[in-house]
Amino acid sequence: MSETIILCKDVNKWFGNFQALKGVDMEVEKGEVIVIFGPSGSGKSTFIRTINRLEEHQQGTIIVDGIELTHDVRNIAAIRSEIGMVFQQFNLFPHLSVLQNITLAPIWVRKWPKEKAEEVARQLLERVGIPEQAEKFPANLSGGQQQRVAIARALAMQPKIMLFDEPTSALDPEMIKEVLDVMVELAKSGMTMLVVTHEMGFARAVADRMFFFDEGLVVESGTPDDIFKNPKEDRTKLFLSQILTH
Amino acid sequence: MSSTEGRLAKNNKPPASLGLLEWIRRNLFNNLINSALTIVSLALLFVIGRAVIVWVFFVADWRPIYSNPLIFMVGQYPREQIWRVGVSLFLVSFLTGVSWGRWRGIMRSFAMLLAGGYVVLTLLPVGGLMGSLTFRLFFIGNVAVIYLGFLLGTRTFVTGAWVLIGWLVSLLAIPVLLRGWGESGAIPIVDTTMWGGLMVTLLLAVGGILLSFPIGVLLALGRKSSLPIIRIFSTAIIEMVRGVPLVTILFMSSIILALFLPPELRIDRLVRALLGMTLFSAAYTAENVRGGLAAVTEGQIEAARAVGLNNFQTTLLIVLPQALRAVIPAIVGQFIALFKDTTLAIIVAINELLNIGKSVLQSDVEYLQLQFEIYIFVAAIFWVFSYLMSFASRRLETALGVGTR
Repeated sequence: MSETIILCKDVNKWFGNFQALKGVDMEVEKGEVIVIFGPSGSGKSTFIRTINRLEEHQQGTIIVDGIELTHDVRNIAAIRSEIGMVFQQFNLFPHLSVLQNITLAPIWVRKWPKEKAEEVARQLLERVGIPEQAEKFPANLSGGQQQRVAIARALAMQPKIMLFDEPTSALDPEMIKEVLDVMVELAKSGMTMLVVTHEMGFARAVADRMFFFDEGLVVESGTPDDIFKNPKEDRTKLFLSQILTH
Repeated sequence: MSSTEGRLAKNNKPPASLGLLEWIRRNLFNNLINSALTIVSLALLFVIGRAVIVWVFFVADWRPIYSNPLIFMVGQYPREQIWRVGVSLFLVSFLTGVSWGRWRGIMRSFAMLLAGGYVVLTLLPVGGLMGSLTFRLFFIGNVAVIYLGFLLGTRTFVTGAWVLIGWLVSLLAIPVLLRGWGESGAIPIVDTTMWGGLMVTLLLAVGGILLSFPIGVLLALGRKSSLPIIRIFSTAIIEMVRGVPLVTILFMSSIILALFLPPELRIDRLVRALLGMTLFSAAYTAENVRGGLAAVTEGQIEAARAVGLNNFQTTLLIVLPQALRAVIPAIVGQFIALFKDTTLAIIVAINELLNIGKSVLQSDVEYLQLQFEIYIFVAAIFWVFSYLMSFASRRLETALGVGTR
């Protein structure tokens, strides 16, 4: 018996008069890996950002781990400490060392003692493959290393869900693999993941389900087998042919 | 294939650096026009430099400074009570030394700067065998106290928290010690009308900087606040103060404020001037900090929120450190301006350094023709302190890695 960890019903979001999300429904079970893809401006980033309320949805319901996202700040704080997020532009804190980047939230939000936070941080750096970079500053790391630090920083809060917003789009080609390897390992460890990406190799390898977004709608969803071998919608077929052939 | 490997394996050395003569030839005499410019510039430098040296050492009459070193330092502060000024300065030197020992890094630069300042003061042309000797010994003693503080600061039982408490207590205690209490006794009251000279200039500047910085940061944050009342209030203060000359603010704080307050609540003259300068400087600091806040990207704030930090933690731990680091040069520039603006306190009859210079000038008929010497001396003191501040600013930028992280 699996349990639902994210439930989105009829989620709507406007930027001024522009409707970015037009009634998105999604139900994610614990441990599932979801890949969200689609053309730029289709609302996929906006959608995953509503899940930890970096964007506020204006209509519909979002329930994460049994807590409904409303204006109640306590709910938002509770949900944010359950959800880790990795950004396209890494967004590491440039004035803090790698170790400080990772230990900041555990020390200030979870109130862990510094020693415990640092021990966990070093284990996480080991896990993402860069234990020797702990004392450096973000500007001295390559893009791939920075993104792996960002993953470690998100994992340090021991989240139940990880959101990835185009984690490899800002990386040089030779660095994409090192980040994807970490994500594959994470997926196999049973983490619930929502990943906005165009890395179809990653989707094939670990995704349980895929969602194709266009113009603020979920056009089509299904298992990677369904989507790759047997897409039903013309728009899905067209988009896949564009990103798979080049 | 093998040639590629050969190139990869070979560790090429960078070209050797130029020798001095070669550097001069390439940069100063590389063509006819540059050679001519170099020669003309050198000649000009020589003429000006010679004129300055001749004037300073042979022409200028430094008697006004030679005979009045204490007036320039502390004004009319009673000579038998002057040890209180000395103790205050020893305290600052000591704590600077302890901070250097405790934290090293940038504190070392500050300690060195302070020691450098003392050395400059010992070189002043001051007169009277005994007077001159105690004057110089006192400043050399301060250098020694910095070093003693350093030795203590390196001990492990001196924790950062204790050093901070020491600073806080001292900064509150020094004005009390200088002012004193009771009519008689060991530490009688010395009214602030008796204070003067470099001491008052530094008190106004240091007090103004220490008070205006936190107020400025709060005003800048207030101006960016999402709460309308705080935003409007902060914006109103900043724009009102920035739209008024400092002289006007000093007049208002020292004269008009007194009219509105009940007579039994008389705020000290010097404190009123300090409050005026603080308010003025805070408004400008706020605008500088606001520039720094704008330089922190939205992504930083989102990342802080995403890891669960609340608004207060995000501001304190993520936004402010980056914002302030970006605007160190602008803020230090503002502090140097504040330091020089202390001269405007002259209009509310505060005997700061420039005013003292004027008093010395008028104190003796023989001095009346020596105004050039007196004002050059005052200007030189202002220059030395301003330069030390901008030097410290650059050290701070390097230490915090501005532009490299």
